[in-house]
Amino acid sequence: MESELDKEYYKKERKADWRDKLRKDIKSKDRTDIVRVHMPEADPNERNKSNIEVNGGLTLEMAIKESSRCLDCVSPTCIIGCPVGTNIPKFVKYLELGDVLGAAKVLKENNSLPAICGRVCPQEIQCEAQCIYVKKLSKEGSAIGYLERFAADYEREHGEASIPTLAEPNGIKMAIIGSGPAGLTVAGELAKFGYDVTVFEALHDLGGVLKYGIPEFRLPKAIVDFEINNIKKMGVKFVTNFIVGKTATIDDLKNEGYEAFFIASGAGLPNFMNIPGENFSGVQSANEFLTRVNLMGGADNKFDTPVHTGKNVVIVGGGNTAMDSVRTAKRMGAERAIIVYRRSVEEMPARAEEIKHAIEEGIEFINLTSPIEYFADENGMVNKMRVQKMELGEPDASGRRRPVVIEGSEYDIDVDSVVIAVGVSPNPIIQRSMPELEVTKWNTIKVDENMMTSISGLFAGGDIVRGGATVILAMGDGRKAGQGMHAYVQSKVLAES
Amino acid sequence: MFKIITKEFLSENVARLVIEAPYIAKSRKAGNFIILRIDENGERIPLTISDADIEKGTITLIAQRVGVSSHKLCAMNAGEFILDVVGPLGEATHVSNVGTVLCAGGGVGVAPLFPIVQAMKLAGNRVITVIAARNKDLIILEDKMREYSDELIIMTDDGSNGIKGLVTQGMEEVILREKVNEAIIIGPAIMMKYAALTTKKYDIPTLASLNTIMVDGTGMCGACRVSVGGKTEFVCVNGPEFDAHKVDFDEMLNRLNSYKKKESEGYSEYLKESEAVLNQ
Ligand SMILES: Cc1cc2nc3c(=O)[nH]c(=O)nc-3n(C[C@H](O)[C@H](O)[C@H](O)COP(=O)(O)OP(=O)(O)OC[C@H]3O[C@@H](n4cnc5c(N)ncnc54)[C@H](O)[C@@H]3O)c2cc1C
Ligand SMILES: Cc1cc2nc3c(=O)[nH]c(=O)nc-3n(C[C@H](O)[C@H](O)[C@H](O)COP(=O)(O)OP(=O)(O)OC[C@H]3O[C@@H](n4cnc5c(N)ncnc54)[C@H](O)[C@@H]3O)c2cc1C
Ligand code: SF4
Ligand code: SF4
Ligand code: FES
Repeated sequence: MESELDKEYYKKERKADWRDKLRKDIKSKDRTDIVRVHMPEADPNERNKSNIEVNGGLTLEMAIKESSRCLDCVSPTCIIGCPVGTNIPKFVKYLELGDVLGAAKVLKENNSLPAICGRVCPQEIQCEAQCIYVKKLSKEGSAIGYLERFAADYEREHGEASIPTLAEPNGIKMAIIGSGPAGLTVAGELAKFGYDVTVFEALHDLGGVLKYGIPEFRLPKAIVDFEINNIKKMGVKFVTNFIVGKTATIDDLKNEGYEAFFIASGAGLPNFMNIPGENFSGVQSANEFLTRVNLMGGADNKFDTPVHTGKNVVIVGGGNTAMDSVRTAKRMGAERAIIVYRRSVEEMPARAEEIKHAIEEGIEFINLTSPIEYFADENGMVNKMRVQKMELGEPDASGRRRPVVIEGSEYDIDVDSVVIAVGVSPNPIIQRSMPELEVTKWNTIKVDENMMTSISGLFAGGDIVRGGATVILAMGDGRKAGQGMHAYVQSKVLAES
Repeated sequence: MFKIITKEFLSENVARLVIEAPYIAKSRKAGNFIILRIDENGERIPLTISDADIEKGTITLIAQRVGVSSHKLCAMNAGEFILDVVGPLGEATHVSNVGTVLCAGGGVGVAPLFPIVQAMKLAGNRVITVIAARNKDLIILEDKMREYSDELIIMTDDGSNGIKGLVTQGMEEVILREKVNEAIIIGPAIMMKYAALTTKKYDIPTLASLNTIMVDGTGMCGACRVSVGGKTEFVCVNGPEFDAHKVDFDEMLNRLNSYKKKESEGYSEYLKESEAVLNQ
């Protein structure tokens, strides 16, 4: 993990009177006896037919009780697990005190999008995995994600979301390419320093994967829009339908007076498996399927964009994207919505919560199985897929056991449509428009410790640097790049004056 | 929001729209296209940039009514606004002086062919253009094509304008008559398939500009993919032009019909509704 724990700082804070008092209110032993809060969830058999958010959110009582489980540790290891170093015990103890807005304020110190991270962070392998409950007490971790979501939602719902104090406008123009979590974070950071910030977005809507990828039932679009509006209130300008590298190049923008740039163009390029029949109609990438539904309203007759589904829908893959796709297909009326994945459930990269929710919603899992060919009807519409079974062999470079084909185990599955969710590669548009930009062999952009690329004044972060990663890592990059860009421009201004 | 400056019909089902889009006007090259979305509920549809005026900051689109979105677009008028226009997309045509270039366009494919004819001529080539349609009323851009072509051949199915016959016949006549260094074909997939077979017979390097179904146009969805020489290519970022002799046109035809049922249901519903509105 990136953030090293600054022990002295946390120790000093922990000694604040109010925290001392709170700690004494309940004995540690009693705290550890409290059972972890259970998130209220919509009925699986109803939610799998609608778009309502699956997780209902905690009540104030639940949040206070859960926050009292937290031991306010001398050495809060949970913080090490958070890629942006959220001051977890401090915000949780504000919650225990009942000061929800105080808690929200702490969250916003390091994280401009807590309502989103509280929903989509893989907490079980990040902050919560490092909690003392998990590490030392063999109990379920403090429900940090749920609490984070609660505080952020409360602040929003009570109309108390405040915008941070901004420095005097300095008139220096900064350009951000892409409006996903990385771009949004940099925009917020730079606005705080007083810069004149413009975000350029290729699509007609803002938010990147938060909008076109992650479905409504997991992350309501209204929440994303609310956060974007807050960034607008900070004076950040957004230009949609603008592809940097196509509509105008970075050099064109330099000529318009932009001093520094942040590339956050994401890992949008879908991978295919290159097996026979993959280009038949009805076989689509998860990006296409989710974009048609989430961005274009494809599941709703009011909208002109069509989308393929059907009674039997197979999704190939085992990550978040696969889970989101299969649960979307189910909601669009699939009788059999099936995951076909080449390893076992334990190896699935998807969040544990998503897998659990998918199982509850009646998703079928065909594990240790991989497609080898697709077949189509006389119109070229896919109607059958051939799969073969796998077994787990020796661990590969990633430490996961490598799937090995079981010879002669092929069989066919009837399908009406297929969604391929086997990973993404970096979006190539910017790299192509700037051949001098240094990239890795995976075509991700190379950056230094300040997130600056091989070209001076040009920074990058998020999935375009990491390949498909997470929202919080993209935001962490954004914060770092914001500092880096500020330092870069300041030293340039000093040099010129 | 992108303002429509002028709109007129070139034939019964084909409209020309001049739209305010200064950035795109400045950066577009022959072969580039845009994607537009008419309104909040609209689809994203690709259309070639047929012409541009940097001074006025406008681009010209030529659209044929084939379904709901193109119908709605053709029904829009000067002074109205299109919600979203993004571009220029795709790789530009590689234009150089190769000698004699044979440009063949079928139906509304004549519209995207025009900027290429123009660029090829300006690069110093001898340009022979063949344009084809079912009948004389469906022939578009005749004058503009004539202006930039050394020779213009018109083919109609019924002989009502130019020569009676298919585009491939017009092409073959030229090929048999003189040395052709390069061919460019744009039109319905089925026309491109046969045009490609024609030039293949004579070993003429040929580019086809593919009009697959698209969503984002930035390489993010893969809806636009086709097999070229056995390899999957994304038309929006690696195209729209490919070596016509390597394109799997049968696969492309299938994929174009992918949503046919849903689209045509939607279209008849839309036509019924708009008729009902008109009859009120
Ligand atoms: C279906 C799905 C589910 C996921 N679920 C989770 C989850 O539960 N938890 C989690 O932490 N992570 C999840 N992820 C991963 C996470 O969404 C990404 O890691 C994160 O969004 C990356 O952020 P980013 O800002 O780098 O890029 P993106 O969110 O990809 O945004 C990039 C933006 O840049 C725009 N753009 C690209 N090129 C240009 C250009 N040339 N000019 C202008 N704009 C451009 C794109 O249109 C896009 O809007 C999921 C991803 C997917 C696809
Ligand atoms: C790079 C590119 C450039 C193009 N340039 C032009 C242009 O300059 N002028 C123009 O009129 N059209 C052009 N097209 C085609 C245009 O995008 C389609 O006609 C349009 O999307 C149809 O939308 P619709 O809703 O009206 O019809 P739909 O209801 O979506 O489709 C009606 C019928 O048209 C066919 N169709 C659907 N999408 C396409 C498509 N992308 N291409 C061809 N046929 C399709 C289908 O077979 C369908 O049955 C271009 C396409 C591409 C990919
Ligand atoms: S941002 Fe994510 S990892 Fe960090 S504390 Fe919040 S939920 Fe945990
Ligand atoms: S490790 Fe767990 S119990 Fe300790 S401070 Fe962090 S969240 Fe609280
Ligand atoms: S249109 Fe989406 S990748 Fe080409």
